[in-house]
Amino acid sequence: MSFAIIAVFTVAGALAAMTLRNLVHCVLALVVAFTGLAGLYLQLGAQFVGFAQILVYVGAVAILIVFAMLLTQSHEPLAHLTVAPGWVTSSLVAVAVFVILAWSIRSSAVGARSIQPRPEITVRNIGDSLMSQFVVPLEVTGLLLTAALVGAVTIAMREQRMNR
Amino acid sequence: MTETMDQIFVLLKHRILAHSPVSVQPIFSAALSAIAILVVFATLFALTTILERKGLGRFQNRYGPNRVGPFGLLQPLADGLKSLTKEDIVPHSADGVVHMLAPIVLVVAAFLGYAVLPLGRNMTAINLDAGLLYFFAASSVVELAIFMAGWSSRNKYSLLGAMRAIAQMISYEVPLILSTITAVMAAGSLSTGAIVESQTGYSGIWPHWFVFTPWGFAGFVLFMIAGIAESNRSPFDLPEGESEIIAGYFVEYSGFKFALFFLGEYIGMFAICGLAITLFLGGWAAPFSFLTWAPSYFWFFAKLLVLIAMLIWVRATLPRLRMDQLMNFAWKFMLPMALINLFAASTWHFTPPGAIRWIVGTILIAVPYLLLGRGLMQSNKLEKRTYRFAD
Repeated sequence: MSFAIIAVFTVAGALAAMTLRNLVHCVLALVVAFTGLAGLYLQLGAQFVGFAQILVYVGAVAILIVFAMLLTQSHEPLAHLTVAPGWVTSSLVAVAVFVILAWSIRSSAVGARSIQPRPEITVRNIGDSLMSQFVVPLEVTGLLLTAALVGAVTIAMREQRMNR
Repeated sequence: MTETMDQIFVLLKHRILAHSPVSVQPIFSAALSAIAILVVFATLFALTTILERKGLGRFQNRYGPNRVGPFGLLQPLADGLKSLTKEDIVPHSADGVVHMLAPIVLVVAAFLGYAVLPLGRNMTAINLDAGLLYFFAASSVVELAIFMAGWSSRNKYSLLGAMRAIAQMISYEVPLILSTITAVMAAGSLSTGAIVESQTGYSGIWPHWFVFTPWGFAGFVLFMIAGIAESNRSPFDLPEGESEIIAGYFVEYSGFKFALFFLGEYIGMFAICGLAITLFLGGWAAPFSFLTWAPSYFWFFAKLLVLIAMLIWVRATLPRLRMDQLMNFAWKFMLPMALINLFAASTWHFTPPGAIRWIVGTILIAVPYLLLGRGLMQSNKLEKRTYRFAD
């Protein structure tokens, strides 16, 4: 029951994000979809992932999209629904890909496997494995993000100097 | 007797739940907690508005509100009635739906954080394993609500205010979260309940609050500064900036929606103060071992009122920052200090208890603080500011 409600919310949000004409409305609809996804994670008992989803996607990614849009967009929203040319073919391709993937998953050995008992995952476990087993990937990711941050600042600084 | 007084609200809730059918008990239990939080903190909001106006009046050598009721104490009631009866004006070109949703999202997001705050012994609405993460996830939605308000008003002042607010909140969220990590490291848990539990002991009469350690003190100060910035209060109230952008993101709101923005701002402020109490000031624990007879919720709210008084004091004392000062302070001072504090906390964690730990911990924080402050003051050439566009 709760799954159905969350799923309807998520899908409706995603659909609205694709079809709405005003870009800001699209972002807000996307936020609904993100929140729905977080709800799904929470329903599966993954607290850490669920809250991190809201913190990162609603709190940071949506804001980033909004900033990018307001800094670049200069025209009013379009008055009529825009449909890309050849949408029939592309949706056919999408449906075909979905059917093939679903069929191959259904016919593979995955479905025959017995379901493992779910391990009790606490935030402490996640922290422990991040700091021991996955410490190198974590550090590499951190380094990469820091490098990206420094690079962005450098590019922005050079532009400012050229403007003067 | 003491025990009963301490647990009176918990017992009351259990008594009410015992009389309800089993099938609705989980929903009923959650609803009871939610109603209690809503009523208590909305009342505290009303109380704080009058306290703040009175206090600011005193600071500025005037009386403050004194017309409604004895000593002006019924002023919040009059304000509430006024905002209820005022006409709700929506600008012609505004985006109606988003304009209406923004204050609702703001207030809901501001209230969500209270679910994990331990207001007393056994008085956490939901004791989540990832409680702190939940709190920050809920408060990150506030930024989106502010953007919705600023954008949907179709007013350049409100959009500017919203942009300022978002830039400020994103910048100060980094030191805010980094300064909480010290407390998380010491308690070894993200659960707010466990963090308070780890501060409940006493040595002699003195409590084991995290604020009474070098890293805890620095963390508390950093957390409060970032928290004030996060709740857009003076001296970080640039998003409102009456003298330049009128009232920022809620300039196009009137009547009860305006009151909702006001409510959301104060509720967010109380939540940040409550989290500071939970993380560094021992939550509901009494300040001395001989004062444990008083109920736990009394101590929580006493500490909350002290912090609110401090914020009113800060508001009355400090002038508003400029945008570049705000950003420089966040990225050049707060962020390095928060990282250094993290290092000091981990050093404290791995040195045996004793005098050496205190000396090393203090040096690790005080020396970088002095060097950083001196360095920033020297590079901050105090001369006539040159404007790029205004000249």
